[in-house]
Amino acid sequence: MDEEERAEGSPVGRRLVLGMLGLGVAGVAVGASVQQKLSSALAPAGPIGDVLPAAGGFRYYTVTGSVKKRTPATWRMDVNGLVNAPRTFTMADLARLPQTVLDKDFQCVTGWRVPDVRWVGVALPDLLQAVGVSPAAKAVRFSSFDGTYTESLTLDQARRRDVLVATQMEGGPVSHDHGGPVRLYVAPMYGYKSLKWLGGIELTDKVRPGYWEHRGYDVDAWVGRSNGRDDAPT
Amino acid sequence: MPPRDPAHEPAPDAATDPAASDRPAKDAGGRGSLWLARFTRAERSIHHVTAALMLVCIVTAAFLYFPPLSTVMGRRELLKTVHVWCGFALPVPIVLGLASRAFRSDLRRLNRFAPHDWEWLRRSDRRAVRKGRGVLPVGKFNAGQKLNAAFTAGAILVMLGTGEVLTFPGPWPDRWRTGATFVHDWLFLTILVVTAGHLWEAFRDRGALTGMFTGRVDREWAARHHAGWVDAREAHGKAQVRPQEAEADGSSGEEDPEFAKRRPGMS
Repeated sequence: MDEEERAEGSPVGRRLVLGMLGLGVAGVAVGASVQQKLSSALAPAGPIGDVLPAAGGFRYYTVTGSVKKRTPATWRMDVNGLVNAPRTFTMADLARLPQTVLDKDFQCVTGWRVPDVRWVGVALPDLLQAVGVSPAAKAVRFSSFDGTYTESLTLDQARRRDVLVATQMEGGPVSHDHGGPVRLYVAPMYGYKSLKWLGGIELTDKVRPGYWEHRGYDVDAWVGRSNGRDDAPT
Repeated sequence: MPPRDPAHEPAPDAATDPAASDRPAKDAGGRGSLWLARFTRAERSIHHVTAALMLVCIVTAAFLYFPPLSTVMGRRELLKTVHVWCGFALPVPIVLGLASRAFRSDLRRLNRFAPHDWEWLRRSDRRAVRKGRGVLPVGKFNAGQKLNAAFTAGAILVMLGTGEVLTFPGPWPDRWRTGATFVHDWLFLTILVVTAGHLWEAFRDRGALTGMFTGRVDREWAARHHAGWVDAREAHGKAQVRPQEAEADGSSGEEDPEFAKRRPGMS
């Protein structure tokens, strides 16, 4: 290119690129609080959450191909392994056990958080009591009926009262997209521990890391104390 | 930054361009048509590879991001892997392209805003054509294309930086991770809108598409859309070429020097 063209006009393109870089850095710096405000501002807008970033709610992570639906009538859960009485549960069986209500946040390890979600279900220790845990058991392994997603807890973690086999969420049944009809909810840990589409519980002699943990996430996923994060726990 | 598709206007019709009705057919190689070399093979390759990578990033992003699509598609790990590889590959064709002289000179053109570019942005009749010639001496790229190129370059860099934080979150503090997610999310939506606009403008202008896919444009199209570019080429003695010669000539001339000396608002 000849000299005269090079000198023509002002370098607006370069300024725009640099300006965008500056905005990007500023966005990273203040984004956490801006997103929080936006999420709560947009929360009442309902379906807009399908389009805008985490507007007031959940993001959906699915690890397998589309998951076949189970209705409350067709749903079954096998509880076996190191237990005194292996058993298959139906929704009606769960309904006969003591029900626990928790109002707790759902927090993803990637940073989004849905505050004060109302969860209803059977506290995991109540369920374990119903089948009788063998003294040899040290851990619990969960699997989902999509055939891919697995999770684990130590027996001590599984005996916390804020770990739920959840059948209701925000005042209604747990929807299919949220992992219904029955999902796990592990309040003190990041969202990936709260296995969706719960289909099986096995008592084991040691922790077997689950799907996400094979992909680099911490096995003990305490909110605020794992995965390099130190956010306030729920 | 990639050279974006040329010319953001619909093919003119007789109403806006009196010359159109009595012009001979100007399809590729049509009798009487003259062709100007616009993009070299290297420039077109840079554009097309960047465009392909960008589209894969956008489509995988949509499946990862929009809940209704995510739940239908699932397979998050696979989509994420494709998205991350294509994302990190995005700047590669541009960086390799810097070896091309023609690409470097087009980057300089895209960077510089001359007075007529500001006028192009201001005026509502910016695309008007009189006597087969655009009313403004638009250079090789109009101001919209320049803005699009700068936006795309900036977006690639910002997405690259925030994408790095999201892909390798280890060393970064929480607030930065959440901030990076925030920027990556909202910029994705902006890129979606801008890219859709870019494709919309490109696909409704056959002459512009021809330029990007064959490297050469019809001289009459160029005069309507890039009058300053045609003038500069001809002032510098670049001969119009027949189709078979067009490929060889990648470089081209300048904007109208007289016009360029005016300051904004004086033209």
